[in-house]
Amino acid sequence: MGQFMRTAWLVMQKDLTIEIRSREIVSTTVFFALSCVLVFAFALVRDGRTVVDAAAGILWIAIAFSGTLALGRTFERERYTDTLRALMLAPADRPAIYVGKLLAIVSMIFATEALLVPLVALLFQAGLFAAPMLLGGILLTGTLGFAAVGTLFAAMLVRARSRDVLLPVLLYPITIPVIIGGVRGTAALLGDPPDVAMAQFWIGLLLFFDVVFIVLSLWTFEPLMTE
Amino acid sequence: MNDDFDRVTLSDVSRHFGRRSALSHVSFSCAAGDIFGLLGPNGAGKSTLLSILATLLQPSAGDVRYGDCSARDGGAAVRARLGLLGHELQLYPELTAAENLRFFARLYGLRDIDARVRHALGQAALADRADDPVSAFSRGMRQRLALERALLHDPRLLLLDEPFTGLDQGSATVLIARLRGLAAGGRMIVIATHDLDLAEGLLTGSVVLRDGRVAAIHADGMAVRARYEAAVRPRAAAS
Repeated sequence: MGQFMRTAWLVMQKDLTIEIRSREIVSTTVFFALSCVLVFAFALVRDGRTVVDAAAGILWIAIAFSGTLALGRTFERERYTDTLRALMLAPADRPAIYVGKLLAIVSMIFATEALLVPLVALLFQAGLFAAPMLLGGILLTGTLGFAAVGTLFAAMLVRARSRDVLLPVLLYPITIPVIIGGVRGTAALLGDPPDVAMAQFWIGLLLFFDVVFIVLSLWTFEPLMTE
Repeated sequence: MNDDFDRVTLSDVSRHFGRRSALSHVSFSCAAGDIFGLLGPNGAGKSTLLSILATLLQPSAGDVRYGDCSARDGGAAVRARLGLLGHELQLYPELTAAENLRFFARLYGLRDIDARVRHALGQAALADRADDPVSAFSRGMRQRLALERALLHDPRLLLLDEPFTGLDQGSATVLIARLRGLAAGGRMIVIATHDLDLAEGLLTGSVVLRDGRVAAIHADGMAVRARYEAAVRPRAAAS
């Protein structure tokens, strides 16, 4: 287990070091997510009022779209330099490499969310911070579930010619339960007072999805990556 | 099961991608001390064969054995004894030369990492550029660094895909001397190359592939170009 986590940590650390130096993925995803939220704000907010629960939906649309961008770019780097083959050739546990990539992608999506959530709260006058711990729980479990499936698919598609098209086509239908869970859980926090019981229910469900997706991904990563 | 091996044997290896056959009934073996060439025109199946030898691709039929164990049985233990230098150099351009080597050394669970990294940088003649990002290096410098990355864990079987690409005459001569030294030290080296002039006299054996099939196998490295042309020409003439 120690070696497994050391490998995962090493891969995550490497990916984050590269990202800190290039700032390529986070800057792109932040720009894309903020643009998305701004467009929706201009379309939906009138005189400071908006459609009920719109903020929750727009937050998760921005997370899903920008997350897809981050997934594609992370593996495009490995494809361009053929380093994914070097990782696969190492005698390390291949599922540990998956976990490392997953943790790096989740960290990058969190960095985007750190700017995205306050902006959505501000533009949509949404009380997202009424229950910050629950909001954190929903973002954590929702992002993890989305990235767990996305990391597996992005790795699988790395050598496919039409990977940019195939990734969202495969990813969105499978992660719909996660996105719905994220939207409903976040919407539960927007009431006055926030519906704590409902938010906790959705966190529990998202946690269940996370466990299922991560276990399936760990199980299938090695056979899928050995062509 | 012994993790180390002194012979690699391919028996009747075939590989299909859908309906397309990339390799068909390929058999040969090489032993410790050999520098074995995979020769053939573009699309002959050389890179596919290297990927199979590297355990990154499973054959559709046939068997590859590393000593007395197969890739499937050997798993991580066999992978620990393989080194691969692909056509793409498998280095992270944003990381420095030393960081690239250190990352792979840790991934392979090596000991004395600092000493190994210093030695590898010295071998690549990049000791004074250790802290420069790889993106600032020329193709030849990257090629040298990538070779050291592939050798960092002291592999028994070294797989090289077009290792002379981007090297000037001097660097190619140094690389040839290095490969001879590695082979003399008991490694097996398999090289896929188009560069028959550099292969001449370097190879101790070779297989010529054409359309995924073995067109000829040679047990020595003599007259590589003439033998290659003899093996490939009949098809070219016919077409």
